Amino acid sequence: MSLLTLDKLSVTFGNFRAVDQISYSVEAGEVLGIVGESGSGKSVSSLSVMGLIDHPGKVKAAQLTFMGQDLLAMGEKQRRKITGSDIAMIFQDPMTSLNPCYTVGYQIIEALKTHQGGNKKQLQQRAIELLTLVGIPAPETRMSAYPHQLSGGMSQRVMIAIAIACNPKLLIADEPTTALDVTIQAQIIDLLINLQQQKQMGLVLITHDLALVAEVAHRVIVMYAGQIVESGPAAEVFSTPKHPYTQALLASLPESAAGKSRLMALPGVVPGQFDRPSGCLLSPRCPYATERCHEEVPPAQGPLTRQVKCHTPLDMNGSPIK
Amino acid sequence: MIGFILRRLLQAVLVMLTISFASFVIQGKLGDPVTQMVGQNVTLAERAQLTESLGLNDPLLQQYARYLSDALSGDLGVSYYHKQATLAVIGDRLPATLELSFCALLIVLLTATPLGVFAAIRPRHILSRLIVIVSTLGLSVPIFVVAMFLVYFFAVEWQWLPSFGRGETHLLFGFWSSGLVTKDGLQHLLLPSVSLAFVLAPIFVRLIRAQMLEELDSDYVRYAWSKGIPAHRVYFVHALKNTMLPVITVGGIQVGTLIAYTILTETIFQWPGMGLLFMEAVSRVDAPLISAYLIVVGLIFVLINTLVDLIYLWVNPRVRIPGYGQ
Ligand SMILES: Nc1ncnc2c1ncn2[C@@H]1O[C@H](COP(=O)(O)OP(=O)(O)O)[C@@H](O)[C@H]1O
Ligand SMILES: [Mg+2]
Repeated sequence: MSLLTLDKLSVTFGNFRAVDQISYSVEAGEVLGIVGESGSGKSVSSLSVMGLIDHPGKVKAAQLTFMGQDLLAMGEKQRRKITGSDIAMIFQDPMTSLNPCYTVGYQIIEALKTHQGGNKKQLQQRAIELLTLVGIPAPETRMSAYPHQLSGGMSQRVMIAIAIACNPKLLIADEPTTALDVTIQAQIIDLLINLQQQKQMGLVLITHDLALVAEVAHRVIVMYAGQIVESGPAAEVFSTPKHPYTQALLASLPESAAGKSRLMALPGVVPGQFDRPSGCLLSPRCPYATERCHEEVPPAQGPLTRQVKCHTPLDMNGSPIK
Repeated sequence: MIGFILRRLLQAVLVMLTISFASFVIQGKLGDPVTQMVGQNVTLAERAQLTESLGLNDPLLQQYARYLSDALSGDLGVSYYHKQATLAVIGDRLPATLELSFCALLIVLLTATPLGVFAAIRPRHILSRLIVIVSTLGLSVPIFVVAMFLVYFFAVEWQWLPSFGRGETHLLFGFWSSGLVTKDGLQHLLLPSVSLAFVLAPIFVRLIRAQMLEELDSDYVRYAWSKGIPAHRVYFVHALKNTMLPVITVGGIQVGTLIAYTILTETIFQWPGMGLLFMEAVSRVDAPLISAYLIVVGLIFVLINTLVDLIYLWVNPRVRIPGYGQ
């Protein structure tokens, strides 16, 4: 049984589909990468898994299950028991995600106390262990530090400590390094991957960094305008992308731009609430778009393990199949 | 930290100096002190002599310096009407005003906080809409209208509560005449303090609601939800503390509003406090008493605001860092 299964999950804000019928699953011990430009619906889809979509957002799905339990059918209380313990999430901006009014220790212990309980001394002890585990020097003194006294990297480590406090089976990391210095980014990713392997967690890693996904993810999902446009084993998707969007994302990487003859960048941005085109959502930006692309919504094709949502998927050489 | 406190105290002193100068001018220029003291039927020579002996011919700055040094030694002049030291007259009326303000603030705190918080965490609830509408309307209802309604129903129509005066008081600690310790005193306190609270509560309901809404939309609240902690902890532990920090500061500033409204409330309910005393002093052009009132009220305002800043400093960890504000 998969750890997490989404089937045709949509998140709508009024008429706007921020996430449009996406399906994927995550296995225990697996790293799933999710990539795509800003506004593709990566965050909103993860928040819906956490049950954090607020009014007026609405979540609908044919299936949203965690270890066989239907997350949408269960009561709010029961879901909250899973949230933060079995499924944990870390956010993009560690500096604003920790509550400025409470100490690091308080915020870790709060999570422990809610899901596991224990007396004051045990909780204190466990919190210090966690801080040590995520590589925070002098954890005893850090316990009484306030968030504003920590650097971005340290704050992110604290958030990771809180996330793994209750031994989650699934960890969702939403651009965990985007807000950090380049020099710190690699350290945080190393830490995350180490913890993931140690604890055999499922890890959903949302990032802009394609090179990183290629390196650490087993499978990858490429999202565009709320939809999954391509998915498959990370190595395969990146060596032979089938969707023009994936190809464009890869082409915009500095290293590929340097070596390859064809340098392409997509003009324009992800369509927002009021400018979604008919037909394929990428069609206005796609260099290969045909008449059909502008009119007909492409279906997802290919085996479940390697899907692409395109009328003219690319062949092994990166040219569209007519 | 020390620097912050010192700077804050310096500010307080500057504000007090400004207020004292204003009071000094009022005291000296409002009406003619000589006429106030001796009336019309004295000779011009006698008037001139009195003017000279009062020091009214000295340069303005010198007069101000004398006024200040007298003030610092606790002498704010003698009331023309009461023929007593102004400070003693005000001191007699102080407990009445402080008890009224305190009760009003207590009512405001106990009603505005739950209402504001409720309106923020259940924004689409029918009650929340009602709270928003009523508090918006409440902002523009003058206090005498509120007071009139309360008096009409509770005092006139149903005759449940007295509508003027302070009722029976007891002397506490030898100097504080309190209406809080007798049933009659408490009954008298009810209508004025509720009227006063009615005027202040809408400001706070709206402030708390707006601030709480903002906090509920913040990253750290979303993160708190993601930890799976119970809703009441998200609301009352995480969001509320951050909400109340700015509310404390605004609360300090609203002390000015409170003082202004105590004058009105006391006049309406014939509450024998400083506000009523001030109105009487104005109608009698009792310049020393008016200026002493300004000084005392200014001092209260400055003290409370400094205290509020210190409380803020104490509860807000972000300010409590060494070298803040450099
Ligand atoms: N609360 C909301 N109300 C309305 N639209 C929203 C809300 N949250 C996100 N969106 C929209 O949903 C789309 C996807 O956003 P998001 O998931 O944050 O993108 P990503 O994380 O991929 O950058 C964006 O167009 C965004 O404007
Ligand atoms: Mg995002």
